[in-house]
Amino acid sequence: MNVDPQIRDEILKTVPNLRAFAVSLSGNVDRADDLVQETLLRAFAKIDSFQPGTNLSAWLFTILRNQFRSEYRKRRREVEDADGKYSDKLKSQPEQIGKIEFSELRRALDKLPDDQREALILVGASGFSYEETAEICGCAVGTVKSRVNRARTRLAELMAITGAEDFAPDEMTRGVLVDS
Amino acid sequence: MTMTDDNGGKPRPGGGPKGRDVHSVKLNREIQGQLGDQLRQMYNDVVSQGVPDKFVDLLSKLEKGGSDDSEESSA
Repeated sequence: MNVDPQIRDEILKTVPNLRAFAVSLSGNVDRADDLVQETLLRAFAKIDSFQPGTNLSAWLFTILRNQFRSEYRKRRREVEDADGKYSDKLKSQPEQIGKIEFSELRRALDKLPDDQREALILVGASGFSYEETAEICGCAVGTVKSRVNRARTRLAELMAITGAEDFAPDEMTRGVLVDS
Repeated sequence: MTMTDDNGGKPRPGGGPKGRDVHSVKLNREIQGQLGDQLRQMYNDVVSQGVPDKFVDLLSKLEKGGSDDSEESSA
């Protein structure tokens, strides 16, 4: 497969972002790197379907996103078979997401439906526009907007609950915190 | 967000759940802001790690070797 060196360099430049997206989606660095590797293999295998001049980064993110979705479906079946062993394994590896300070966010992210989580990450962290995100997720722009909104609201609720457990034993303290 | 109360979180008179809805909307907005920052931080932490060597190797291998993607380490 002959790949334009310029495109190859661009793909390489996108790798850090692809990894960040994969880590944010999966919460696990090893799994994320597997996803990125699979994405690169696929990208090279079907490089002919990429139209030069269009958004290479969005094209690569689309491949990774679809890869994650199909793997996730597979894994969920495995998890059901293995009686929750996989999620236990995830829980025992909090250091894999990097910093412990993100563990609360991580737990909250994991509670979001896939479509909301990916939309929030793409818009809120990767810096894609709603239009680009719609292209990556294969849905309408309006759908992306509502997914992002729902994700934000839901995350805020989840964080408010855990936050309250962490530093505010009751409603009173929450009131004080907001007033100050 | 600072904790100005050293009351140990004990209920005080006059501070019932009245106006809690307004508070929780405000709280949610505050948390949403922090959340966006945290999400970006978590994301950028990974971005700043750059390109791991294994991907540099993989790309140059793909470039040279072509469609030899059957190389799985089935250890």
